[in-house]
Amino acid sequence: MVAFKLAYRNLIGAGLRTWLNVSVLSFAFVLIIFYNGMIDGWNRQGRNDTQEWEVANGQYWHPDYDKLDVYSIKDANQELGEQVDELVKAGQLLPVLIQQATIYPQGRMQSILLKGVPTDQIILKLPTDSLQGDKNSLQAIIGRRMAKTAQLKVNDRVLLRWRDKNGTFDAREITITSIFYCDVPGADNGQIYIDYEKMQDMMGFNNRATLLVTANEEPEVLAGWDFKNLDFLLAELDQMIESKKGGGIVLQGVLLLIALLAIFDTQVLSIFRRQKEIGTYVALGLTRNQVVGIFTIEGGMHSVLAALLGAVYGIPFFLWLDTVGLSFGGLDVGITMAEVIYPYYSLGLILSTTLLVVLAATVVSYLPARKIARMNPTEALKGKIQ
Amino acid sequence: MDDKVIQLQSLTKRFPVGNGYFTALTDINLELQKGEFAGLVGPSGSGKTTLLNIIGSLDVPSEGTATVLGNSIAQLSQKQAAHLRNHHIGFIFQTYNLLPVYTVYENVEFALLLQNMSANDRRKSVMQALEWVGLTDKEKSKPSMLSGGECQRVAIARSMVKKPQIVLADEPTANLDSKNSHHILQTMQTLNEELGVTFVFSTHDEKVMQYLKRKISLADGRVVKDETVMADSV
Repeated sequence: MVAFKLAYRNLIGAGLRTWLNVSVLSFAFVLIIFYNGMIDGWNRQGRNDTQEWEVANGQYWHPDYDKLDVYSIKDANQELGEQVDELVKAGQLLPVLIQQATIYPQGRMQSILLKGVPTDQIILKLPTDSLQGDKNSLQAIIGRRMAKTAQLKVNDRVLLRWRDKNGTFDAREITITSIFYCDVPGADNGQIYIDYEKMQDMMGFNNRATLLVTANEEPEVLAGWDFKNLDFLLAELDQMIESKKGGGIVLQGVLLLIALLAIFDTQVLSIFRRQKEIGTYVALGLTRNQVVGIFTIEGGMHSVLAALLGAVYGIPFFLWLDTVGLSFGGLDVGITMAEVIYPYYSLGLILSTTLLVVLAATVVSYLPARKIARMNPTEALKGKIQ
Repeated sequence: MDDKVIQLQSLTKRFPVGNGYFTALTDINLELQKGEFAGLVGPSGSGKTTLLNIIGSLDVPSEGTATVLGNSIAQLSQKQAAHLRNHHIGFIFQTYNLLPVYTVYENVEFALLLQNMSANDRRKSVMQALEWVGLTDKEKSKPSMLSGGECQRVAIARSMVKKPQIVLADEPTANLDSKNSHHILQTMQTLNEELGVTFVFSTHDEKVMQYLKRKISLADGRVVKDETVMADSV
């Protein structure tokens, strides 16, 4: 305790020099928490949005279905069967029929994925109730990205061409009844949603689906269907987040290094400039190792003060950011990303960042302080540089 | 009862210089009794400070023995030597060596902090020590706000606050004017007489010599004269 008390007195007594180091370190501290908080916030929102719009609590795929292989789509569907039917009726499963098709907006040709979804579903956030209008026309909903690339607006009509189960081409006009806004490119890009029943009629696929979206948190085994859990379905997002975190570590590392370099520099200077003080400590009854301890604690204490200073301006800043979020203006990075990201600060993030900064500051303080252990106190008392 | 607080026998101190050695002290034999007011006198380079450092357990002899308060200096571990300095030996330096970021109170309190004394007892002891040197009104001042004489009085208070058995003063008046020198010497003389603390000076200042009751003259690392004198009344 005495060492902490003495170190604290020395640190506060050093005045401006201390506060300059503490300010730089606190900036690094706040920035690390800010960056990781934003990444974690993005991750949480991304996972949440992807679940709400696309995957819910998991999906059952037809064994041949591969969403990255367009050739697998045509035949990757099967009958629902009794067990699945019951779960669909109970609102626990959502059948989705997927086929390739082509639209011709403004005379252009554009390949799309046509998805048939029951209009009364509530498992996904898709506004499928907009498909419940006129029974005689073919209504469709699309996302904002699809609307942008195809230059379609609500009430626009566009020609849709597809091949049925026998490979025969057919075509019909569809009417866009709703354009939904979602942050999940996987539920939006190049996709058109229509009524599940109408799509079965169009394709000649009776009571069949390509995949089933489940609302159950503990999904059961369905014969003939491959279950894909959230780890699999969100792997792309997780990988992107990890790569962003990796990139962030470099930036944070550089910033932390600058702050630690300032502490290291201060420590080295202190040991040169405070020789007489070191000698006096020894003369007053401290062992050289105790003096090493005081100097190490003194340097390490920069990080404690940095955490406190960081809290003074960081907490209000983080609380404010938590309220307003950080807008990325609808930036499209190819994976789920909300337009406004709200950071998420976990206790683990704050504790691990604090521990990292305190440990790093203590280590860089200890390295130069070791020199004191080899000092001759009689020379130190004279203030001679050793 | 044995009143010898310092015993030096055949003490020699050498320092490595280049490929050889420089002998700073040669065959020193001395004994100092409790309550002495003695001085190591001699010109610069005569070995006064080296001898004080050995007595203060900041250094060890190359040959011979130095026994301080029953402890053989060469045999002490770092921790034991630190304990000896913290509890029983006070130091006063030519350049005061006050800790610049501490207040007068904190400087004096320092040694007591290491002794884990309670805050109340520390306060009492520090204020008493400041009273001895007449600086109770400066307890909150930093060393940079004090005159040289005041700084040295703080250093005396710091050395005395733990009520040591020995105080080692290395050229305590070298940076002071005549008036301040006499003031601090009188203070030390009073503390020596009232508390029975042994004072050992290293000096070549005539003003200090007037106060000494024993003068041990050193030249080229050897004791050339050891005389007991009656201090002039000042």
